[in-house]
Amino acid sequence: MAYEPVLTAHVDEPHSYTLDFYLEHQRGYEALRKALTLQPSDIIEQVKASGLRGRGGAGFPTGLKWQFVLKDTPKPKYLCCNADESEPGTFKDHVLMERNPHLLIEGCAIACHAIGAKVAYIYIRGEFYHVQQLLEAEIERAYQAGYLGTNILGTGFDCDVYVHRGAGAYEAGEETALIESLEGKRAQPRIKPPFPAVAGLYQCPTAVNNVETLCNVPLIVLNGPEWFAALGPEKNGGPKLFCISGHVRKPGVYEASMETTLRQLIFDHAGGMIDDRPLKAVIPGGSSVPLLLPDQLDTPASFDAIQKAGSLLGSAGIIVMNDTVCMVWLAMNLLHFYRHESCGKCTPCREGTDWLFKLLRRLEAGEGRPKDLDLLFGVSTNIGGKTLCAFGDAAATPVLSTMKLFRAEYEAHVREGRCTLPAGWRARQPVAAGAH
Amino acid sequence: MSFHPSMDYASGRFQKSARTLPEAGEPFAYSPENQARFDANAARYPAGQRKSAILYALYLAQGQQGYLTRAAMAHVATQIGCTPAEVEDVVSYYTMFFTRPVGRYVLYVCRTLSCALLGAERVTEELCGALKIRPGETDSSRTFTLLEVECLGACDRAPVVMVNDGWQERLAPEQVGSFLEGLRTRGDASLSGCHLCKEKASGPGPQASGGPGTKLRPGA
Repeated sequence: MAYEPVLTAHVDEPHSYTLDFYLEHQRGYEALRKALTLQPSDIIEQVKASGLRGRGGAGFPTGLKWQFVLKDTPKPKYLCCNADESEPGTFKDHVLMERNPHLLIEGCAIACHAIGAKVAYIYIRGEFYHVQQLLEAEIERAYQAGYLGTNILGTGFDCDVYVHRGAGAYEAGEETALIESLEGKRAQPRIKPPFPAVAGLYQCPTAVNNVETLCNVPLIVLNGPEWFAALGPEKNGGPKLFCISGHVRKPGVYEASMETTLRQLIFDHAGGMIDDRPLKAVIPGGSSVPLLLPDQLDTPASFDAIQKAGSLLGSAGIIVMNDTVCMVWLAMNLLHFYRHESCGKCTPCREGTDWLFKLLRRLEAGEGRPKDLDLLFGVSTNIGGKTLCAFGDAAATPVLSTMKLFRAEYEAHVREGRCTLPAGWRARQPVAAGAH
Repeated sequence: MSFHPSMDYASGRFQKSARTLPEAGEPFAYSPENQARFDANAARYPAGQRKSAILYALYLAQGQQGYLTRAAMAHVATQIGCTPAEVEDVVSYYTMFFTRPVGRYVLYVCRTLSCALLGAERVTEELCGALKIRPGETDSSRTFTLLEVECLGACDRAPVVMVNDGWQERLAPEQVGSFLEGLRTRGDASLSGCHLCKEKASGPGPQASGGPGTKLRPGA
């Protein structure tokens, strides 16, 4: 049976972002109406039963996260929606916010009811200015229609949703760094525990959820946890958005169940490889996860199956690369990213990403020495597990993964004193890209 | 095994710190409109948590003046109720704040993997050649500032360039000349915008609510 999209069914239709369209075509705010007749604990039970796992990257069960939010306290509780979307290769929340914003707004209101919060902040990355403008205008319409504000739908439930604009920081996507940024500080992670569920925003109990995660909540309330779970393999239920980019004919966001294999996603949904060139490697879950090789393409794109194959589904940012991609260049490109985005709080990450980038730049320029490979390995294995957040592990991954799978390319760079796989789409002056 | 490969420290090439004092600048205060916007935004946060409004406050100041000076940061500190050092701490962390004047159009070229695979490095090279500047610099006519930035979250439309608050999607290296010419002659209207907005051809699109953008456009 062909999969019928539910999150993105209408995104290509004009005016799909409007409240009228949402009410008419997507049973808009029915889930909120229903949720407000339920006890918060019942909603959490339903979300737990559905098996919804966080769509931001870690795949943590959402119901459990909500259950951990401290209830027995006089402090206010908060919901933070993570719309920072800055993992390279990820652009799914962008579509949801721009084309289906009321689904997110409804999800926020239901989540607030479930955890006992009265305020939700949607932390959106600063670069999504046009998305923010649209989202704020639609939130205003939801207020006017009585779906947000005080005494929502006559039930006595109060809920405010605000958009908070970031200003350019990848690290703000980490949940405690997001909270720090929301508090008006540098986006740097906190020591955990305490987790945000106990002491988050303003030291109050807080749930931090990804946009796509919250968009699934109204669907679960409306259609039931069984419906949701049946949409995918066991423990990997529900609709999933996959972002496919790189050397494919039709890059874009595709909604599918997590039974779908990487091969189907790349060749059926995204139209296959540009110019039919051979596929060399795939990053299945944003730049922070290990590469997969062509013989692993029949892996279903689910949290568990991808993990079994040696990588992670992460944020489902699938980056496809053909045979023109030099793996040393790839590691250098991504380490430029991690070096720039490292928040600087933990020394192994701040210094390590800088060293890794410089070593890779030297190798790529053909100035590498044989011992540089051991040094690269030594530095990368000394970052992971030694930092406050997962950034350190993520930053070392491109180096470790390419060295493991394509060591011969590194050795060829050293042996021949040049990049052994230059490509026309790269800069004429390879070093210039990272010179500043 | 030595952790430290021999690096050419003496040349200054590897010295990362670029700590300089921001320019003092002219005396600064919000315009009445911006003051009203700030007050409305600060009310979104609980009492005693005004610092949450700092990014918004800085966007307002940058929108009013084009970039952030010490005087602007001091004004933001007064508004927030914190020290100027705390404001500078935030300004120096986030990439979207400028402490030096920028051109009328700030070109943010995405350089991360998905865009790079489809020619972003070439786009930057062409822009550098056409404008006779390097990334991080402003051209002699003060029209364009060129910045290389990390993933913009539109990888399916690579290579992507953000222009002030607008978007240019799928900018091929060979189109760079006409792209710059379009901006010079037709301004923002020459940009492709975000492909997700379907309403361009079929009536009015989403209405902007008039919050602060990233930077002021002096002609606007």
